[in-house]
Amino acid sequence: MSADPLVIIGAGQAAGQLVASLAHEGFAGDVIVVGDEPHPPYQRPPLSKKFLAGEIELDRLYVKPEAFYAKAGTKLMLDTRVAGIDRQARAIISEAGPTLRYSTLVIATGSRPRALILPGADLEGVMYLRTIADVEAIRRYLERGRRLVIVGGGYIGLELAAVAAKRGVLVTVLEQAPRVMARGVGSIVSAFYERLHREEGVMIATGTAVLGFEGNGRVEHVICDGARIAADLVVVGVGAIPNTELAREAGLAVDNGIVVDAQCRTEDPVIHAIGDCASQLHPLLDQRLRLESVHSALEQARMTAAAICGRPQPLLQTPWFWSDQYDVKLQMAGLSAKHDEVVVRGDPDRGRSFAVFYLRQGVLIAADAVNRAPEFMMSKQLIADRARVDPAKLGDEQVAMKEVRL
Amino acid sequence: MAKIIFEEPGGHEHAVDIADGLSIMEGAVKDMVVGIDADCGGACSCATCMVYVSEEWRDRLPAKDSTEQAMLEFCPHVDETSRLSCQIKVTGALDGLRLKVPESQH
Repeated sequence: MSADPLVIIGAGQAAGQLVASLAHEGFAGDVIVVGDEPHPPYQRPPLSKKFLAGEIELDRLYVKPEAFYAKAGTKLMLDTRVAGIDRQARAIISEAGPTLRYSTLVIATGSRPRALILPGADLEGVMYLRTIADVEAIRRYLERGRRLVIVGGGYIGLELAAVAAKRGVLVTVLEQAPRVMARGVGSIVSAFYERLHREEGVMIATGTAVLGFEGNGRVEHVICDGARIAADLVVVGVGAIPNTELAREAGLAVDNGIVVDAQCRTEDPVIHAIGDCASQLHPLLDQRLRLESVHSALEQARMTAAAICGRPQPLLQTPWFWSDQYDVKLQMAGLSAKHDEVVVRGDPDRGRSFAVFYLRQGVLIAADAVNRAPEFMMSKQLIADRARVDPAKLGDEQVAMKEVRL
Repeated sequence: MAKIIFEEPGGHEHAVDIADGLSIMEGAVKDMVVGIDADCGGACSCATCMVYVSEEWRDRLPAKDSTEQAMLEFCPHVDETSRLSCQIKVTGALDGLRLKVPESQH
């Protein structure tokens, strides 16, 4: 057996879970985690929710306490950027110089915010939200009466809008698409979120392209079609780009994400890729997918640990996602692409509680549940079972979710 | 601070000292209690931190809210003693609490 360690590039949630799962599976070798941030693996979802709102402290973000890694035989090399992978030598080269040999390599480099290439985008006060450092910088500006312009009406942008609006910040959200959250949910749910934010005092402009930013050193205005909006702070949330450069330069196949099989192996038998950067042949959905989700990252980490240790593969779940905004919990299960029927349960136009189901040939393939935990939980099971459902019962609030299966 | 005793799948007892203010789930995950996945990190969104509460403790825990109640209703392996450990905040009053972890959260 090789004495070289298992090396993980990236110190995000996938890496943290992989270390924990390797320990759980009894992995005997050394593990080294190389991350470019100064923090041990931490949870990102709270960054735009409770951590941004100041409701939880930094150390509660950490996946495991720092002492855990030493106990698990894992070395954290933080603040360290990797410059390249030498597959022949089975080594990674860090930007600071030293090389590190590996017996097994796991690429968990995640994704980064898509940058806006626009005039003035480099002005001070035009920010992105991805890391603890980003949130700490943004949070300082979230004071009553300040004007925050958010470019992009996706999850990050709208979660930030919710936290900021609650603090009395004057929030404007600019979305280029005709509706918010268009990549994640159906149009009924988008319309609900536009109403929700307006009820909470947030200005939302859809179908609005940003042309640039103006200011004297620091951003003062956002320029869009036909308008000039005053801003004390701009946060851009227009999607993420997978960090696939290291893999590509090492000659590994990249197709949107790093190409891996159902067990997250690349074409190189000693290299795996997990998390936001990986394009996996999804074992349940029989298609190639690159999911930006915590659930997927954790599941892939568990699968990879089991594969590396020669252990049985864990049971897999339907992909699912969630978003917390104000007092509204959105839980999404499955993927709605290719649906041919939509069923609504409850009233999306009034109140804050309903669910939308997406069917394909009578089979439930996805659900968006707004403050509807039972609908979400039952849908997860039905989607996993590829169950046929009765659309009339599904849309009838008088019929319990346990009764909708055909 | 409270000492919480988890009976892990397979019967092993795992005691963890958890600081006040953290959830039981957080304390369990940080100390590697086997069988508590907690994929959503405590947002009451995934129901993968379910535990069974021992008889003598059942009435001494804070009540479930409607979301926890609904999530539990559709949770696999659930019974009337089940709770989501992310929804229970630790206080000194929970010292000695005994919980059983299910064989699987799925």
